[in-house]
Amino acid sequence: MLSAENITCTVGSKKLLEDVSVRFEPGKLHLIIGPNGAGKSTLIKVLCKQLNPAEGKVFYSGKEVGTYSDAQLAEVRSVLSQNIELSFPLKVWEVVLMGRYPHFNGKPKAADETACKEAMDFFDVTDLADRNYMTLSGGEKQRVHFARVAAQVWFPAEGKARYLLLDEPLTFLDVHYQFQFMNKITEMLGKGDLVVVGVVHDLNLAAKFADTIVLLNKGKLMAAGSKKEVLTKDNIRAAYRLEPVIVEEKDGKGTYLFFQ
Amino acid sequence: METSRFNSHYRGISLMLLIILVITALFSMRYGAVDLSLGEIFSSLGKFFSGDSDGSLNERIFAEIRLPRAILCVLVGASLSVGGTLMQALFRNPIVEPGLVGTSSGAAFGAALYFVLGALFEYNAGEWTLPFAACAGGMVATILVFVLSQSKQTGKSSIIALLLTGIAINALFLSGVGFLSYIARDPQARSITFWNLGTLSGANWHSVIIIGTSTVLCLVLALRYAKQLNALMIGEEEAQYLGVNIKRLKMTVLLINVVMVAVATAFVGVISFVGLIVPHLLRLLKGSDNRFLILNSALMGGILLSLADLVARLLLRPAELPIGIVTSAVGVPVFIVLLRRKNYYF
Repeated sequence: MLSAENITCTVGSKKLLEDVSVRFEPGKLHLIIGPNGAGKSTLIKVLCKQLNPAEGKVFYSGKEVGTYSDAQLAEVRSVLSQNIELSFPLKVWEVVLMGRYPHFNGKPKAADETACKEAMDFFDVTDLADRNYMTLSGGEKQRVHFARVAAQVWFPAEGKARYLLLDEPLTFLDVHYQFQFMNKITEMLGKGDLVVVGVVHDLNLAAKFADTIVLLNKGKLMAAGSKKEVLTKDNIRAAYRLEPVIVEEKDGKGTYLFFQ
Repeated sequence: METSRFNSHYRGISLMLLIILVITALFSMRYGAVDLSLGEIFSSLGKFFSGDSDGSLNERIFAEIRLPRAILCVLVGASLSVGGTLMQALFRNPIVEPGLVGTSSGAAFGAALYFVLGALFEYNAGEWTLPFAACAGGMVATILVFVLSQSKQTGKSSIIALLLTGIAINALFLSGVGFLSYIARDPQARSITFWNLGTLSGANWHSVIIIGTSTVLCLVLALRYAKQLNALMIGEEEAQYLGVNIKRLKMTVLLINVVMVAVATAFVGVISFVGLIVPHLLRLLKGSDNRFLILNSALMGGILLSLADLVARLLLRPAELPIGIVTSAVGVPVFIVLLRRKNYYF
């Protein structure tokens, strides 16, 4: 369980987040949506201890995040951030192996190697293993980082939940890989002990894949819950200042959003 | 069975570099104002280790001048190169070296200050005062560059800001060295070329022991941070997500670098470009893994500085050039080629 209580974040006099409380349960995919400047990335940064909130607290498995050292947190929680740029040429496998750094000293162990290989297979980057990361396309780079953050939390930690936080993971990806990625993440959730929280822009992807949705607007929590509760005409209109058309499939499985 | 790519071994390259290092050092000891024969070298080595102080003139030249100088060369080359590797990793930029971010000029200033003030007050606090003064100077200059180049908005240093600040701080501290040299009475401090261009002609066992201590200690320490520096390659935030305590890493690595480079600079003056080029050559050879770079840059730095010192002694023999002239003459063209290469993105 990952939760944040009454988070307020300020920069100067501007409130990036105001009194936001959220709870994310294991085994489910939680997606954060909202217009630009809503505070989505700020919330992710607060959740992963990158940013200290002015007020409020974050809890991992009921323990306050400040009681974890960076190293302890890295063993159970991995984060995919936006716009990763390498300063030196590295092979793809070297980048993926970094995901296992929290788990070994000196040389990688057999388990670390297995995690990297399986994660690379899982995200379809095994063929790129010996390529120079800097020569990859934007989408390929993104998939390499999927493998890296997945490798970091690849094996269930005994008795502890694992956490995967994704800040706009779908940028640079074409539709095929967007769907593939969301399906893979859903597959990873199968073990039941993984908490996945992600920021996405595409409301239709959120509608299709999310178990719960958090809608932020101007730093405030506008709605949270199932897609039926959050993706309402009123909420979407208020947040995005556009008139939505929401189409439901007859069997109730699919929800699609269009804008006039 | 195919060997795993996840467990790369660098022993082959390290062994090769070690062999080249020994051969280069032997060459460096053999040739100079007086050429020694290999027989003389080995017989005086034998006498050196058995504590026999008698010997021919050539054997004494070897034991008292050539041998400490060759060892000093290797140690200084190792210090500067490991310093360069650490700074490049820390600043996340491949064109940084201790000479560019103020460490060397600050150390030269600290050391010059020690010589001048020491002579003025006839004060001597033991043999560790000089390296300590150099470290203090190097630390002040490096932190100045580090802090002044940080943008007020983002708290990060852009490479342009870094290099320009480095140029300014270098100019400031080197003019300080010039001033001190001008008013100095100490013959060593009086020679401004000594500080600006560097020379190993003052090598003796005393400097070998002090630089040796700092080099070995700092190298061992630096190797412990190699993995964390690797994580830094994908960004500061990302490294933190991988469990790295960024603040502590920055402080420690900066400290290691300053001690290594400043102690060397205190005894041999400012030697540029070694710390820049060695990590680059190694990256071309095998890749950017700092676990590979740190240890092997020590070996390759030793090789390059020994060669440079040999050239410095042979070109105008029996006189000798300041070694900084040789390293700059070779280093500048290499630096420019690196700047113009396309596989680095600044």
